[in-house]
Amino acid sequence: MTLKGKVWKFGDNIDTDIIIPARYLASTDPKELGSHCMEPVAPDFPKKVAAGDIIVAGSNFGSGSSREHAPIAIAALGIPLVIAKSFARIFYRNAFNKGLPLLEANLYDVVKEGDVVEADLSTGIVTCGGVQIAAKPIPPFMLELIDAGGLIGYLRKQLEGQR
Amino acid sequence: MGMTITEKILAAHADREYVEPGEIVDARIDLALANDITAPLSLQEFARVGATKVFDTERVVFVMDHFTPNKDIPSAENCKTIREFSKKYGITHFYEGGACGVEHALLPEKGLVGPGDVVIGADSHTCTYGALGAFSTGVGSTDLTYGMVTGSNWFKVPESIKFVCSGKWQPWITGKDLILHIIGMIGVDGALYASLEFAGDAISTLSMDSRLSAANMAIEAGAKNGIFPVDETTLAYIRDRVKRPYQVFQSDPDARYREVFEIDVSKLDSKVACPFLPSNVKDAKELKGIRIDQAVIGSCTNGRLEDMRIAAEILKGHKVAKDVRCIVIPATPAIYYESLKKGYFEVFLDAGCIISPPTCGPCLGGHMGILARGERSISTTNRNFVGRMGHPESEVYLSGPAVAAASAIKGEIAHPEEIA
Repeated sequence: MTLKGKVWKFGDNIDTDIIIPARYLASTDPKELGSHCMEPVAPDFPKKVAAGDIIVAGSNFGSGSSREHAPIAIAALGIPLVIAKSFARIFYRNAFNKGLPLLEANLYDVVKEGDVVEADLSTGIVTCGGVQIAAKPIPPFMLELIDAGGLIGYLRKQLEGQR
Repeated sequence: MGMTITEKILAAHADREYVEPGEIVDARIDLALANDITAPLSLQEFARVGATKVFDTERVVFVMDHFTPNKDIPSAENCKTIREFSKKYGITHFYEGGACGVEHALLPEKGLVGPGDVVIGADSHTCTYGALGAFSTGVGSTDLTYGMVTGSNWFKVPESIKFVCSGKWQPWITGKDLILHIIGMIGVDGALYASLEFAGDAISTLSMDSRLSAANMAIEAGAKNGIFPVDETTLAYIRDRVKRPYQVFQSDPDARYREVFEIDVSKLDSKVACPFLPSNVKDAKELKGIRIDQAVIGSCTNGRLEDMRIAAEILKGHKVAKDVRCIVIPATPAIYYESLKKGYFEVFLDAGCIISPPTCGPCLGGHMGILARGERSISTTNRNFVGRMGHPESEVYLSGPAVAAASAIKGEIAHPEEIA
């Protein structure tokens, strides 16, 4: 699967309080959560970002809380992919569980905001302006989960098997 | 090759003799926890998969602590949904109202976690229970649903990083100073995906409240879990609390570690993490003169009886500085009651503190102590990210209870020696 989109850059340690501040967590509505995404550092981001745009970030993206509202808020804006130097572990699991793919690669130091990048999820190859970067492969176990329709798809199949 | 305590617990719960870092194992869980902001998403997924029951009605715990006492209509609706779910599915451990406390203070106190357990919680500070020698880690709501339904989940066996602590603890130094020192040393992703293991002579003289406080912030170094050895202090703590069988695991002498750090705790002075990262750690003495508008003493990190005692010792006979709001939040009803009986409340009220009911409240910028633009708080909580306690242009400095109480009196960041 290949994704092509315009880059929005964010730095290191973009924590979940930046992705979606806790004061909005009483809601589980993706649209509402998306409308506050990145508010503390980029209040206009939800208005300016277009469906298909890609987030490129530094290290430790998604650090902090376990709130699944974070990948939900990103996905609600139509963002199909986040590429970062590294991800915090709970966010990593949550994003895949919610169907938001992540690629681990140092694109941050290579691209400018507004550049167009193309990413092949199956090979992990990211292309930007003729430069190719190989992302760390998605662990085979995570790929199996994605094939099963995420953790919930996997669980649903298990439950159906029991009936 | 020997195994670490974390590897042994995961192996035992996966019916394996041996596991090694990097392996993915399917392990049984002993407890699944969610709160009023993470449970609603879990329950949506529960309905979506068509589940009809939880794996064990005694081992699913819901704690209404984050936006409670309910701060607005959506928060009240969330609690109502979880309450109704709990009734429908016969969940024993649903906590709200006067039975409720901050989850990571409440669960150990109620004896719901024992040594050797595997615990998952839809809250990143679930790593707190490592203080009891359990493997305990934060997950998202969907992973929690999977655990609630199947009684298991998948885990990548983490590498371990060991902190060997020796020396004598100096006055006013607690587990909070130790963990801030460690995060300052290795950084906010220094233990990413790894297990952070505490060891050494100095650990055996560390109180259970301090251990819970230190394990609580393992996540702030990116760790999967934080874990302490089980000793007499642990066993004394759980004796009258944990009612079900548990198993004590200890790391083998030849267990492998990615890194081993030596810490001489006798050299630790009171620590403060400056905005906007928990790794931005300095000695309190270096920060004199930084004015504060608020002091928060509470949370799943530092809302336990030891913290209340230390705050009371510092505040006794003093007044909170003019223009400073000092909010004290005993983390559970039992801590609240003990603080009352021991006379701490009299000290707090005489000093001009606000005593809050148990809640996460201001820690995550929910309610009960939000900061305005440009305001600054010293706080015994665990995160000082941009906008964490309110306005994006407010600031949070993290410390232990002694520094927070001393700062409340001085109106600026202060070392406890300046007061006591």
